[in-house]
Amino acid sequence: MQTVTNQNSGGLRQWLTSNTPQSRFQARCGRTWLAWGKLTENRLAMIGLGIVVALILITILAPVISPYNPIAADLTKRILPPSAAHWFGTDQLGRDILSRLIYGAQYTLMVVGLVAITAAPVGLLVGTMSGYFGGWVDAVLMRITDIFLAFPKLILALAFVSALGPGLENAVFAIALTAWPPYARIARAETITVRRSDYIDAARLQGVSSRGLILGHIMPMCISSVVVRVTLDMAGMILIAAGLGFLGLGAQPPMPEWGAMVSEGRQFLLQQWWVSTVPGLAIFVVSLGFNLLGDGLRDVLDPREGD
Amino acid sequence: MIEIENLNAWFGENHVLKDVSLKVPTNGSFGLVGESGSGKSTVLRTMTGLVDDWEGIMVVGGHELARKRNKDFYRQVQMVFQDPFGSLHPRHTIDRILSEPVAVHGLGNSDARVIRVLEQVGLDNSFRFRYPHQLSGGQRQRVSIARALILEPRVLLLDEPTSALDVSIQAEVLNLLAALRRDLGLTYIMVSHDLAVVAHVCDDIAIMNHGRIVERATASQLAQGSLEHPYSQQLYKAAGGYDRAVVDSFVDWD
Amino acid sequence: MTSETLLTVKNLAVSFTTSKGPINAVRGVSFDLGRERLGIVGESGSGKSQTGRAILGLTASNGTITADEMQFRDVDLRNLSPRQWRKVRGARISMIMQDPKYSLNPVMTIGDQIIEAYREHHKVGTKEATHRAIEMLEAVKIRDPQRVFKSYPHEVSGGMGQRVMIAMMLIPDPELLIADEPTSALDVTVQLQVMAILDDLVRERGMALIFISHDLHLVSSFCDRVLVMYQGHVVEEIRASELDLAKHPYTRGLLNCLPKMDGNHDDLPVLQRQASWAEG
Repeated sequence: MQTVTNQNSGGLRQWLTSNTPQSRFQARCGRTWLAWGKLTENRLAMIGLGIVVALILITILAPVISPYNPIAADLTKRILPPSAAHWFGTDQLGRDILSRLIYGAQYTLMVVGLVAITAAPVGLLVGTMSGYFGGWVDAVLMRITDIFLAFPKLILALAFVSALGPGLENAVFAIALTAWPPYARIARAETITVRRSDYIDAARLQGVSSRGLILGHIMPMCISSVVVRVTLDMAGMILIAAGLGFLGLGAQPPMPEWGAMVSEGRQFLLQQWWVSTVPGLAIFVVSLGFNLLGDGLRDVLDPREGD
Repeated sequence: MIEIENLNAWFGENHVLKDVSLKVPTNGSFGLVGESGSGKSTVLRTMTGLVDDWEGIMVVGGHELARKRNKDFYRQVQMVFQDPFGSLHPRHTIDRILSEPVAVHGLGNSDARVIRVLEQVGLDNSFRFRYPHQLSGGQRQRVSIARALILEPRVLLLDEPTSALDVSIQAEVLNLLAALRRDLGLTYIMVSHDLAVVAHVCDDIAIMNHGRIVERATASQLAQGSLEHPYSQQLYKAAGGYDRAVVDSFVDWD
Repeated sequence: MTSETLLTVKNLAVSFTTSKGPINAVRGVSFDLGRERLGIVGESGSGKSQTGRAILGLTASNGTITADEMQFRDVDLRNLSPRQWRKVRGARISMIMQDPKYSLNPVMTIGDQIIEAYREHHKVGTKEATHRAIEMLEAVKIRDPQRVFKSYPHEVSGGMGQRVMIAMMLIPDPELLIADEPTSALDVTVQLQVMAILDDLVRERGMALIFISHDLHLVSSFCDRVLVMYQGHVVEEIRASELDLAKHPYTRGLLNCLPKMDGNHDDLPVLQRQASWAEG
């Protein structure tokens, strides 16, 4: 076969796409570059990424860009409709909804971030251990997982928060507790497919310990499916957090958490629709963003693809 | 160097190795030939500890093997797998694949070792930071051989090391294996379905069928075709290419 | 062997568009095929499989086939509509793939699959089809056709599975059979037995056979004529019986680098590739 490659100009590009990398660092950068190239080809994933990046920027820049104080009440300006002064109107205590949305972004991001960094590693570890060792380890770990999976997520989170007491931190903890079992399941399934492969046997014959095999050889094969699943789940987590907020079990007033904002506005829903609808739309857009990004990541990272 | 006596092994209820015995002198090379399901690869997998359910005596380098292999064993005995596409971790660079065993065994000086072993298998340093999917089949098999060599073992177990390669690449890899045995004083056990490959590489050959060694021969006996057991004769004839009359004489050994 | 030409291929080229640029898998391949056994031999990436697939229009969707001529009897194989293809593929030209595991439906019994294939081409009742299916299994020398008829694909060995595939491909009585490495996944003795079956069928039914393989030695002992491919080109065409007289250095190199059972442990001659071979 004859391959005709396009000669690209530009030193960095050549350095990244080089078929003969000179260092570990260059090899890793090259691989990331390829994945990034594949991701940018997917228009929807880029929209998702845009939304997520915007969310992060808004969180960081909240004090600069928000026009009003999000928690200062001004009863003379109760439930004003959207106008030039208040783009998204004001709520029942006269607070600017846009400013509350901007400050609320950080809580959304915090919920998502904290759940992801606690639930994903736990699920990954439980799943890979279960799949690698098999036998009674598998039986015990998977039955525990099943117990968690048997309850609807929201109900279980609700039960945990009621037991722990309302508050955003407890809500995050409760969501994390309900979020890990699917990751354990995915990681276990992936582990079982790679456990018998020649490269795992080969590593075992090098004298690599079980711990080394799980952490260094099996986990890298599971990580991408779990990452993808986490991004897809983030939408669900935002909704649960919002749901808990809506039920008064999550963020407490006057914290501008989006779910709580929807909840507070529901008594005016028919006449003053914007009070609930605007934070609702924000939840929708951010959930969609994570979903699109997750779909795109799946195409890029799925280990069954390509190499 | 290697002595195996009355080795039996089971996969669940299946008795897959039946009283297999063999002896390989230091720097010798022993070939196991058979068709799929003959148990030839199982001999190697049992030796390396990848099969748990076995009975018999296995002595390597004067030490009888216990139920579990320790790290010292893996420094002495290494294996090269059949499929160069499946035996290298898809997400590790060649550098990582080669330096991990050095780290596991605490040998130190990993950069120099990696460079030297790559040179031994005829790959230059530009391959070091590539991923397996960036290499051709022959290059991957060279990397597998390098991985087996980096611990400086004395025994290499070769499980069909060239059956997934094109014949021109197979010749290069067989030459490499011959040179390594000469230069490093290695001892080989090679498993293959291809009588000609085994005859080329090995001094002593055993033909296996259904978990049993049915016949032993030296390379020169094989060259003359002086085989006794009808099963080995059939294998020998089959290696000669398609001949209608020969095919009609075949018997099923199921 | 008669001189009647069944298939004429002139200047066949297959190219694929990939993200790394175009790949020309097959370039300028021409041959005529009568009622004979033609071998196409080459190493991986030589384009031998793509040549076989192109004849049946099975090239992947990112590939394009061009040819000055591709005439199969009365049919021009270039630019057939999907409907016209259905009348050719399977009916007049059949193909056997490498691994029967992937070609048979795992959740249907072998018998049901043969019956389904048979009734696709013949309007007969279940009873008649069953009868014919068992006959087909007997034709490929399966000793216990009743048992195999009721088995699922995973319950039979690789050699048996390949025989079943051959049986299915032969139902419509094709004029040309293309076998792409049909025996590479099998043990040597089983491989030869399957080839013997193909051999008989070709003789008895007067079929033409294109046998694609990487094994030059095996192919030349089986076929009448061999095309040796290298990087998309046919570098040499030779009568199988005259393989020893091969002239092209690539063909010679391939023959030389095979290990021989002569008790000799010396280094094998290594194939020295030359850029000019790829020019055609």
